[in-house]
Parts: sequence; structure tokens; C-alpha cells
Amino acid sequence: MYSETVEIRGHFIDSLLLPKILDDILQNGAEFVVEELRVGKRRADPSYARVRLTSKDAAALDKLLKRIRQHGATLVHEQDCELAKAEQDGVFPDGFYSTTNQQTFVRLNGKWMAVERPEMDCGIRVLPDKAGAACVPFTDLRAGDLFVVGHHGVKIEPLERPSKEDVFSFMSSVVSTEKPKGTVARDIARSFRDMRYRGRKILAVAGPAVVHTGAAPQFVKLIESGYINLLFAGNALAAHDIEYALFGTSLGVYLDRGIPAEHGHENHMRAINTIRKCGGIRQAVEQGVLKKGIMHACVRHGVPFLLAGSIRDDGPLPDVITDVIEAQQRMRSMLSEVGIALMVATTLHSVAVGNLLPATVKTICVDINPAVVTKLADRGSFQALGIVTDVEPFLRELCQELNV
Amino acid sequence: MKFSLFMCSPEYYGIEYEINPWMSLQRQADRALARRQWEALYGLLTGEIGVKVELIEPAPGLPDMVFTANAGIALNGDFISSNFRNKERQDESRHFKDWFKKKGYRIFELPPHQFFEGEGDLLFAGDTDAYAGYLIRSDVYSHAAVAEMLDRRVVSLELVDGRFYHLDTCFCPLNEKSVVYYPTAFDTYARQVIEANFPDRIELTEEEALQFVANAIVIGDHYIQPPGGARYLRRALQERGFEVHELEMSEFMKAGGATKCLVLKLAETSEGASGSVRDWSLFREKT
Repeated sequence: MYSETVEIRGHFIDSLLLPKILDDILQNGAEFVVEELRVGKRRADPSYARVRLTSKDAAALDKLLKRIRQHGATLVHEQDCELAKAEQDGVFPDGFYSTTNQQTFVRLNGKWMAVERPEMDCGIRVLPDKAGAACVPFTDLRAGDLFVVGHHGVKIEPLERPSKEDVFSFMSSVVSTEKPKGTVARDIARSFRDMRYRGRKILAVAGPAVVHTGAAPQFVKLIESGYINLLFAGNALAAHDIEYALFGTSLGVYLDRGIPAEHGHENHMRAINTIRKCGGIRQAVEQGVLKKGIMHACVRHGVPFLLAGSIRDDGPLPDVITDVIEAQQRMRSMLSEVGIALMVATTLHSVAVGNLLPATVKTICVDINPAVVTKLADRGSFQALGIVTDVEPFLRELCQELNV
Repeated sequence: MKFSLFMCSPEYYGIEYEINPWMSLQRQADRALARRQWEALYGLLTGEIGVKVELIEPAPGLPDMVFTANAGIALNGDFISSNFRNKERQDESRHFKDWFKKKGYRIFELPPHQFFEGEGDLLFAGDTDAYAGYLIRSDVYSHAAVAEMLDRRVVSLELVDGRFYHLDTCFCPLNEKSVVYYPTAFDTYARQVIEANFPDRIELTEEEALQFVANAIVIGDHYIQPPGGARYLRRALQERGFEVHELEMSEFMKAGGATKCLVLKLAETSEGASGSVRDWSLFREKT
């Protein structure tokens, strides 16, 4: 994305110059935000407008600027961003620009350029030839890298207002137990279909409650029908899912009858042991040991999954990445085509993944505990839509809406 | 608005270059005939109409100096000098500025990159509002600057037909409510603006517009135009109480000009006398 700011002065309102300029911008596939508009008080007073335009195509933006210049729109004089070199690995230069999760632009050699991989709490690394810039976390930065410092020549593209048709237009991250869940499920189903149609990926971030509450079959249906394309979770979701697949219990309780199995508390350890013996989840599926459940569906349907470890994990399963930095880096590398993130029944993984997502990814957080959604929003994922409900009825309704 | 007029005799007039679709070096103007046509206009204005006309000495090598409408804007003792787009006409400004300076006018100039061709592209409708054409000769930026100098609303109109390269070739306000114009010479936004500002519109056909009947001098209820407009315009003007004067302008039309192009208004408004002009210092000519 490329962006420029223009100013217009004079009697452009009476002359219809402003609508002419704005129409031209839209007709040429660019977008605008009127950042300021001051209308003259007396008839003779001039008015003033400042408009920012954004286009995916640098050449098209140049052409557009030339054309609207004829109608009185002049480029606002702007300055390039300031750069400084990192002096040691893992340490940003003093005064580094700390990023948000929104689409950010930096001005290099007189041109506004989109910063790649928008992510909050990073620095903006600029290529040595100043031909590009990207968000980089502490762990990826090396001595000698060039970083943006200060706030000159940096601007943020606020999120587009969603269309009226979109569930996100009337919902915000304000948590309420009183939102009409039926319509919400319908709207989310529509977003899911839309994503699939546009070839964007749907990421699920799920906690073990998906299994405890008996929602695993719905989750499997979503995987099988192509509505979950990527799964991030911890050891627990996989361990409970596999326990249920192998023994019919989750944490020792038969899910179909709701009663504890004899020596059931051992089941999840035995499940983990079985997978460790096979060498991993994929191997267990290939060896015919693991025949159903969420993890089985992921392997069978080629849905990549990432299990990130934590300090209280049992086992863990061989697939779990226990180095958190490595887990973060692997997650980042998998996010590029994600359009929607569905976070269900997990606090820590929701916040962790939320931190990595650009604000443009629609985020839906479903949890019985309102604090989870609040936490996510408080940590910067303001774009999240919160739904306070038990995960099982929510997924059941979503499956119904999607006819799966 | 009280005013006198400013003209330049066609001593050196001729087609010496081509800077609009009307001009052709193959179609030379007859200088003697041009002189007679100019004198007929001068005679009508100073005689029957009874307006004071001031004259500037024509300069050799500047054939278009006869079109004084393009010299600038003269209002309340101030003169905003034109910035001609075509280098062929740029030398005229020096002569015009000298004349106005001698007459005691304060001279104002626009930044050099803002083209502006005076009354050719800026016309008053009543005392308060001005309409200004842009894109072909004048820049829209100059409108904002001139509006500030004049402390008046200047409404910009985009011109889209090269044959009607100045606003005064296709647009002639009769007063603040009525206008004679050729709609096709304007883009759709400008047409909407004209419709919104003039409840009474006399729309010319292409045939009439090409007769340059909008390039007219309006003084009181006199409408002074080259021959034409028989189809609609004449009756429309008569219905509104105007007396139509037709003057042969054949030689000047070879350069894309007619009656209006040959005169500049030296205007004085009642509000101007009280000194309503704001900070002009930015634009004042460095002396």
C-alpha cells in the first residue's frame, strides 16, 4: 500500500472541486480519508481540506496525484522517517518507533511505503537500500540493522470501516453476555464463507475446553469442511483430544455419559505416552493408532497445526514446541494468508496470537469468561469481537449456519 | 459596480503564432479591416453607450496585446497582473503593469508557477461573486490566490473544450442570477455549479457558441456581441430587456477573440472604496 496526503484550499466546496477530486480517487481504485475539513464562515472565506489517499499501486497513485493536482490538490510537504542503526543483537536503537498492529507506512526517499507484516510491539526495520520496511521483534534484530526512530515520516492507516453487512460493523470488542448469539453465529458464518471464497485462511486458536465441553465433533466438522485452515493450540488441547479419541474420556471423564472412568485420571498420561511411543501425532495417525478427533482431522486434511508449550504441560507431546521464541517465530511464519482468527476457550494462547496478528485480521474471541475478551482488547487487539458463551453451543450453531 | 474600460488599438495585431484552435498562420487577419472593426467597437462604447475608455499604447511584436481582457484584473485601484501560460504572450504583462503603475494602481502578482489570464478566465456576476475558468489556460491554484486578494468568493469551473479556451468565450453573466453559456464547454461538475448558482440560464447551441456570441460586453442593458445567436439567444436577451448590438469581429475571431476579449473592465465597487482588502503583502509586486 502506498499513501500520500494532499491539501486543497479556496472555494472548492462551492466549485464542487472536492467531490470531483474524491470521485476521481475512488474511480481509480484508490481510497481516501478526509483528515481535516475547515469550511469558510463568510461567503468570501476560503475553505481548507486535507485528504489522505491510499493505493495498492505506486504508479497509479502517482498518476492520480498528477490528475487531482490539476483540480487544486497539492501534496503536503512531508519528511522522510529518521533511521538509526542497532548497536547490538536484540536491542533496538534509542528512541525506536514501537509499532501497533495497524497498517503502518513509512516515508523513505520521498515515497510512502507500507510496512510489511504489521505486528504490535516491534520495531520497523528498513532495508539497507531503503526499498522496503518490515516489523521485526526483539528476537530477530541484529546489530547493524537500520530502524525507524522517532515519529516523523511514520503514519498509521486506521482500519477501514466495515460495510453495513458485516457483523463487525455493529459489534465491537465491548463484552456483553446479551448479544444475540443467533445472529452473531449467522454473521460469522457469512464471514467464514466470504474468507473461503476469497482464498484467505481461517485460523483457529483453541483451548482444551473444546474437548471437555464435547465440542470436538463440531470442531472436526469445521476442519473437514475446510472452514479451519490452521490450528494454534497448546499441549492440553491435543492431549485431551487424543485421550478422548483413544479412551473416550477427557481428563478421565466419559464425555458421552459424564461419569468418571475407573482409573480415568491415568488416561491422559497413557494417551501422551502412546503418541510419544509413535514418535508424534502424524506418525500415530499414519500407524493407525490415532483414528479420530481434532488432531487426526488436521493430519488427514492437511491442516497445519502448531502446539506451543507451557511450563505446566504434561508430557509434553513430541509435537509441542517448548521454546517459546521458536514457537512465536513459527507462528509468525504461518500467518501470512490469515483473514479471520477464531479464538475459542483459551486465554493465554488468545493473547499470544492476538499479539502477532495485524489489526486487519478479523478476530473472534469466544469464551465463557468475559475477562478473556477484555484481556485481549486491553493488550492491543482492539479489533477483536468478543462473544461470551460456552464453546459447545457456539460451535454447534456455527456448524448449523455453515451447513456442515 | 462602477467602471470604465481599458483597450489597446490593433496596430500590431495579426496571426503570428498558433496558441489556440482558432489561430492558423495560413489564415492571416486583414489588419486594416481589423482596425475598422476595433474602431466600430470603440465608437459604440464611447459614443452611444457612453463609457469612458482608457487606452494603452500598443507594442510591436505583441499582436495579442489588443485582447486587453487578458491583461489581469483591475478592481478598486488594484491590478492583479496575469501570468500568461504561453510564452508568446508573456511579454505583454510588462507593458500592462507599467501602464497600471503609472495610473497609480497597486500592482499584485501571483506566484510565477500559477498561470492566470485575467478577465479572460475570471468574470464577476454582480458585485460579490466571481466565476473562474481553469485547466486550459489558468490554473485552479490561481483562483484561490485571487479570491484571497479580492476577498471574494471565486467559483472554479473546469473548461473541457479547446475551442473555448477562456471562460469568456463560453460564459457571460448578465447579473448575479442570469447567465449566457455553452454547457458543453464545461465538465459535469462545473455544469452543476452553474445550475446551482444561476436560476436563469440561457444555454447556447454549438452553432451559436461557435459564433462567439458569449464573448460579449454587458453594460447595463446593452449586450455587445459579434453577429450570431439568431436561433435562441437574441430572443432570450430581448425577453430580458437587453438591447443587442452586433458588431462584425471576423478578423479578431481568427485569433479566437471577439468583443469581450478586446476590453478589460476597470471596476470600482462601493465596498472596495472602504478598503475591504485584507493582507495583500504576500502578493504585492516587489519594487
